[in-house]
Amino acid sequence: MSEVQKQAPIVCESVKRFYQQGDVTVKALAGVTLTIESGEFVSLSGPSGSGKTTLLNCVAGLDIPTSGEVYLIGNRVSQMSKSQLADLRLRSVGFVFQSYNLVPVLSAQENVEFVMELQGISRTERAERARAILQEVGLAGMEHRRPAELSGGQQQRVAVARAVASRPQLVLADEPTANLDSKTSGALMDMMREMNAEHGITFVFSTHDKLVMSRARRLIKMHDGLIESDEIQS
Amino acid sequence: MFKLAWRNIWRHPRRTMLTLLAIAFAAAVLVFFIGLQLSSYDATINATISVFNGAIQVQPEGYHDRPQMRLTIDRPQQVLSSISEIPGVVAAAPRAIGFALLSSGSRTYGAQVVGVDPSTEPKVSTIPGLIKEGRYFTSTDETSFIVGTDLAKNLHVSVGDELTLLGQGRDGSMAATVLPIVGIFSSGSEELDRMMVQLPLHAFADTFGMNGSIHVVAVAVKQVGDVEPVEREIERSGVLGDSLVALRWDELIPGIRQMIELDMSSGWFFYFTLILIVAFSVVNTFFMAVLERTREFCVMLSLGMRPGYLCRLVVLESVMLLVSGLLLGIFIGSLIVLYFGEVGFSVPGMEEMARQFNMPGSIYPRVSFRALTDGPSVIFATSLIGVLFPAARVWRLNPTEGIRQV
Repeated sequence: MSEVQKQAPIVCESVKRFYQQGDVTVKALAGVTLTIESGEFVSLSGPSGSGKTTLLNCVAGLDIPTSGEVYLIGNRVSQMSKSQLADLRLRSVGFVFQSYNLVPVLSAQENVEFVMELQGISRTERAERARAILQEVGLAGMEHRRPAELSGGQQQRVAVARAVASRPQLVLADEPTANLDSKTSGALMDMMREMNAEHGITFVFSTHDKLVMSRARRLIKMHDGLIESDEIQS
Repeated sequence: MFKLAWRNIWRHPRRTMLTLLAIAFAAAVLVFFIGLQLSSYDATINATISVFNGAIQVQPEGYHDRPQMRLTIDRPQQVLSSISEIPGVVAAAPRAIGFALLSSGSRTYGAQVVGVDPSTEPKVSTIPGLIKEGRYFTSTDETSFIVGTDLAKNLHVSVGDELTLLGQGRDGSMAATVLPIVGIFSSGSEELDRMMVQLPLHAFADTFGMNGSIHVVAVAVKQVGDVEPVEREIERSGVLGDSLVALRWDELIPGIRQMIELDMSSGWFFYFTLILIVAFSVVNTFFMAVLERTREFCVMLSLGMRPGYLCRLVVLESVMLLVSGLLLGIFIGSLIVLYFGEVGFSVPGMEEMARQFNMPGSIYPRVSFRALTDGPSVIFATSLIGVLFPAARVWRLNPTEGIRQV
């Protein structure tokens, strides 16, 4: 791996991930080689079963490749323990999931503070940062609402706020707009682009959504566990 | 973490309340029954030792195993006054004991003959109050017998009749006397009623040539719990010297202790069944909770929460639920114990049976540290061991599988 690559948030080298389903071997990733540089705004697209989510999981160290190597922020994922990976994700990676996945018993602000609390940030700083980010995502005044009291779009904004509140280098988003209408999706994408531009956070989305693809600067298309095309959009 | 855990257990208020009430119910039942059991043991011990034996006896060494006339306490006054001064001691009664043949007309039976001090004996033994016919000794210089009811029946005698005593004195000479019966006692103890005859200490001394010595000092204490401290104090006082020993009630009558231990272990068999049912209910609650929250746990793991933290969260939630339930149960259990401590607890039929054994008809349970903590702490430990299984499931969670459940 070159020095330049070491600095890159994501480097995949011939990553393969096979699953056994009964007698059939499913080749979810059939050999992906990919580098994503710092500050990129990338969309991973492709039909269902093309390997987008598996790639994101392997990149995050949530899933272990059958062969090949993944480097996450310069760390060789295959050589790290569960706890080391947890720490790396805690400090450097933010997540946005398809179905919001907020902690239902915590308020919007507490959900945003959650990762910072795990990071050991003081109570006052946590509260301050959480309020500022909730304001930035347009949820000022809703800090004390629980997820059930928020709309889908609002919950996803909280999820984005949670992902970026801990100031990660990289945010991985698995189909973040899948459950949102197009207007809300557009607003969410604009918000993430702003964060990418202002805070320099690298964003990688897996998506089916044309709107998300249209707003990405780099568009990677996958098919049958392989990268079909990789292009920079103007 | 505390806030999160507390909110998590109240996600399903109805389910949590049901589990909490199950824990509280079991804890309350255990607090009450163990309290009742411990108090009934105290009552049994009290009833048994207060009839005749006393809580502690000071005897010559070796006397308990081989009661010989020649093994005596030679300075009884000094021993009696030293023991009487020890805090917790209610009374100390001197006794001289021998074995003799008792005859009335054509019938002769062997008996245990006990010389007692009529002024202190009623403070140590309940026999003076259990006279069925006649009366107890009224003065220390009286020369008469009181006889156990079965012995009187066997000898075909009643109050006012005379009994001839034939035995061996302390010095080996013949001990013989003829004395009238002034009272017949019914102690409830078959052995005492069939075997024992009492006479005032001075009459015993004259008959058996005791020369001022005695065999036993029977000691009564305020409550069963005082036995060990009083025993230690007697030993520390130096009054025993080389030749005397202090024996507790459970050394004098080891059968009671064994009976209590047997009863306690059979009681625990029942309690443990109840505890297991509650523990299963707690474990089930947490398995349900863990299964329901698999996706959420996987999200937390993805966000960078360490598996250990998540396990601690699950264990903390169970500890909170258990402690809440146990405190509620201890509170309710204590109220029930306090209530029955005032009005007394009895089972129909128990009073008659108890009377036969000279025991109180009702038990008055007391709140004690053991009664409050024994049951709840076993519930806590058993349930917590059970909760380790759902916690282990959390430990093994694979974040990607959970998230795919969506």
